[in-house]
Amino acid sequence: MTAPRGAGIVGLFPALTVAAFLLPIVAGLAGTLLPAFGYLPAIGGNALGLDPWRRLIAYPGIATSVITSLSTGFAATLASLALAVAFCAIAHGRSWARRIGGFVAPVLSTPHAAIAIGVAFLIAPSGWIARAISPWLTGWTLPPDVATIGHRSGWPLVLCLVAKETPYLVLMMIGALHQVPARGHVMIARSLGYSSAEAWLKIVLPQIYPQIRLPIFAVLAFSLSVVDVALILGPGNPPPLAVLALRWFSDADIGYYFPAAAAASLQLLLVVFAIVAWRLAEPIVTSVARVWIVRGVRRGMATVSARAGFLVAIVLFAGSIFAIAGMALWSIADAWRFPSALPTTWTLGNWSRELASLRAPVSATLLLATAATLIALILALGCLENETRARHHVGTRALWLLYLPLLVPQIAFLFGTQVLLVKTGIDGTLAAVVWAHLVFVLPYVFLSLADPWRSLDSRYARTAASLGASPSRIFFRIRLPLLLGPVLIACAIGFAVSVGQYLPTVFAGNGRIATLTTDAVTLAGGADRRVIGTYALLQALLPMLVYVAAVTVPACRFARR
Amino acid sequence: MTRGRTELRFCALVLIALSFSAFAEDMPWNDIVAKARGQAVNFNAWAGDEKTNAFIAWVGTEVGQRYGIKLRQVKLRDTAEAVTRVVAEKAAGRDALGTVDLIWLNGPNFLALKAEHLLYGPFSAKLPNYRYVDTTHIRSNVVDFTIPLDGFASPWRRAQIVFVYDGARISDVPHSMAQLLAWAKRHPGRTTHPSVRNFLGATFLKQALYELAPDAQQLQEPATDANFAVQTAPLWVWYEQLRPLLWRHGEQFPDNGPAQRQLVNDGEIDMMISFSPAEAAVAQAAEQLPSSVRTVVFDGGTIGNTSFVAIPYNAAHKEGAMVVANFLLEPSTQARAQDYREIGAYTVLDVDALPHADRAMFDALPRHPALPTNAELRTPLPEPHPSWMTGIAAQWERRYTK
Repeated sequence: MTAPRGAGIVGLFPALTVAAFLLPIVAGLAGTLLPAFGYLPAIGGNALGLDPWRRLIAYPGIATSVITSLSTGFAATLASLALAVAFCAIAHGRSWARRIGGFVAPVLSTPHAAIAIGVAFLIAPSGWIARAISPWLTGWTLPPDVATIGHRSGWPLVLCLVAKETPYLVLMMIGALHQVPARGHVMIARSLGYSSAEAWLKIVLPQIYPQIRLPIFAVLAFSLSVVDVALILGPGNPPPLAVLALRWFSDADIGYYFPAAAAASLQLLLVVFAIVAWRLAEPIVTSVARVWIVRGVRRGMATVSARAGFLVAIVLFAGSIFAIAGMALWSIADAWRFPSALPTTWTLGNWSRELASLRAPVSATLLLATAATLIALILALGCLENETRARHHVGTRALWLLYLPLLVPQIAFLFGTQVLLVKTGIDGTLAAVVWAHLVFVLPYVFLSLADPWRSLDSRYARTAASLGASPSRIFFRIRLPLLLGPVLIACAIGFAVSVGQYLPTVFAGNGRIATLTTDAVTLAGGADRRVIGTYALLQALLPMLVYVAAVTVPACRFARR
Repeated sequence: MTRGRTELRFCALVLIALSFSAFAEDMPWNDIVAKARGQAVNFNAWAGDEKTNAFIAWVGTEVGQRYGIKLRQVKLRDTAEAVTRVVAEKAAGRDALGTVDLIWLNGPNFLALKAEHLLYGPFSAKLPNYRYVDTTHIRSNVVDFTIPLDGFASPWRRAQIVFVYDGARISDVPHSMAQLLAWAKRHPGRTTHPSVRNFLGATFLKQALYELAPDAQQLQEPATDANFAVQTAPLWVWYEQLRPLLWRHGEQFPDNGPAQRQLVNDGEIDMMISFSPAEAAVAQAAEQLPSSVRTVVFDGGTIGNTSFVAIPYNAAHKEGAMVVANFLLEPSTQARAQDYREIGAYTVLDVDALPHADRAMFDALPRHPALPTNAELRTPLPEPHPSWMTGIAAQWERRYTK
């Protein structure tokens, strides 16, 4: 990724960018793997050995933990993918489909933890859904004694992940559609008697799949190793593997560092295994699908299934909106007990009481998100500008590199990163947390910016150059203004990613930097729902407002011309 | 060669750190207060209860105005996080300018830090307000879970087990762990206890152990393989019968006390254990529980303990931390804390020995139908040695984590 031509300072950007996010991952992985084999001299681990692994295996629930991680991770990924595919198959070609990005933005930009908190209240036996239908429909005057949240199977965790990941995959698919002549293909297939959904599934999907493979792997890796959602909705006895690792990392007994590091390493292994398994299963699925496509059945089950999937996706989407709405209601509720469908008394007291405690996490959240997003933007723009000037496009391998932070489980490298940060003395500083956030913000900012940047007509720049404009003048006066819209959207995405970070904030901040998300997850452990409501609502609102600003600012700007 | 140099530098650092702490130890209180001015004290405190968070915020305002200290609550999900942090700093060789100045703790967390010599002290006797602490009647103020404090922590609030129930839904209130089992048979699924990984969940089992062990006196000694099996056998017989009768058939447990309280408020359960005698009154006043809740103290007496604030050996702001610890012992602070409209934390002070004006503040505290009387609370039972709690928690995990 070095610049072949003398690009000046701009030529340094790729190396700088790679260092910014690879260094913590590589150093962090080493810092986790060594104690997993017993090496951490600072707390008495001097010899390499398998003892941490023996202790991990001796934990009574370890098999269930691993199985829960695998089953919820795969279930969430498969379901999200199926729903996203069904949604796109039905939505393709409809006039409203072009505005889909705007529709899904509220769910996409809301942190996982906020949705999870809202879902927890929706689906609890004493939750909102039960309240809405009791006692007139169910006859329940007391909530039924059945398990939903924390169910052993982990279905609430899967539900929340699917609600959150489906819109993401839909957007990724729509992005990929720009690169195939989908409209024409679907029209030809329809003239051959296929329904529109069938045509999309049989002809468009196989063409875009290679481009959404990495996003799918990101969803798979994330679902397998998610911590905050699992803390709120997942089973607790035993919890999924990543939560178990976090629990041990924060145990009072220092000795638990070693099995914790082993558990975090096993988590890495699980993700690698899952991705390899998925990749190996692809040819099998492809050959089965080929038989189905070649048989040429028209008006088969495919359309019906796609419609069903589309409906489920819509219901889940509405559920996510209701999840946030429920928390908004709690934030202004005084008393709201089962089986009242709405609060019985209302108050603004929750907000006025919480104002003092909200100030610090809100300002930390804003500061971190702004700093991480701006740095990521500068790095991404620098890389892209370098690419343009050097007329040299990064290949697939670089794309994998960009996706690395989204593929490596957070728990597997953040612990090692923490040791590194403590050693250098910058742990618990805002700078450390900004850096940790940058690792995750950068890929999203870069990915969302890369396509619009690369597809900008190069004749603008050439014309300007022929008029004597310098490269930097072209950058600041031509490319940036033309790409203002995508740049702001990239900022909004980066901002939302930063707001949602839980584990990186906890580890790099050493617990001393509290954001809305870390506080909300802490409070979700049992605090007053009225208080949780204020945190969850703000968590959802901040990224949403930034997104709205990102969309409206260029619109106003261009409207004036 | 390089290693030798690093070691040398390390020794020098340790020496500097030692000289600093030696300096602090000899300082008269006025100098400590003077040095504390301008310090930013990181108070690591469990943050699952917003009432307590608000109280700590109030403490912050007060010490800010009076002593120029900037108090910041580092909000913890679990106190063990702070222990981990101190350990991590020790591991990284940060023996001075540590980031944790004050920790709210007791039990295993205190023991872990004290045993590893990670606490600063002894300091509690240096606090001017320490003379009001009841060290004779309330033994838990000086002995934490059978471990002598030796001045390495300063008490700030007391806890004692009570049970909170919804008086509108139950009338046959149990008065012992044995009766609780009989009650659960009549009302399956209507009570629970917090996860045993949480101190309150483990405390539930400990209380049962006290009532069921053949010789409760042995709980004051460290558990051995031999006496552990004998003393806990009846506990497991009892729990085997109780567990399927708990909420969610004993397969799920609320994470902690507040989560359990939310279950009572949501109508999912009717009765819960609490470690704060004023919890029902406090929560009722805040609309966190229905107005029909009441409190019961079991007949055979219940376990009580004290929780403390301690200062890590490497804390950057030891003077500020000591001034905060002293402020927490101020009679007016303690009276405010005991007010159920605040946090309802029973005082660690010997109220009878206080100057008249200070005692009057306690006498003037408001009453509430869900507050137990002092007569009902009696003298709390001392906490068993921590090895019993870790033992039963580990045993529970082996039996029920599958």
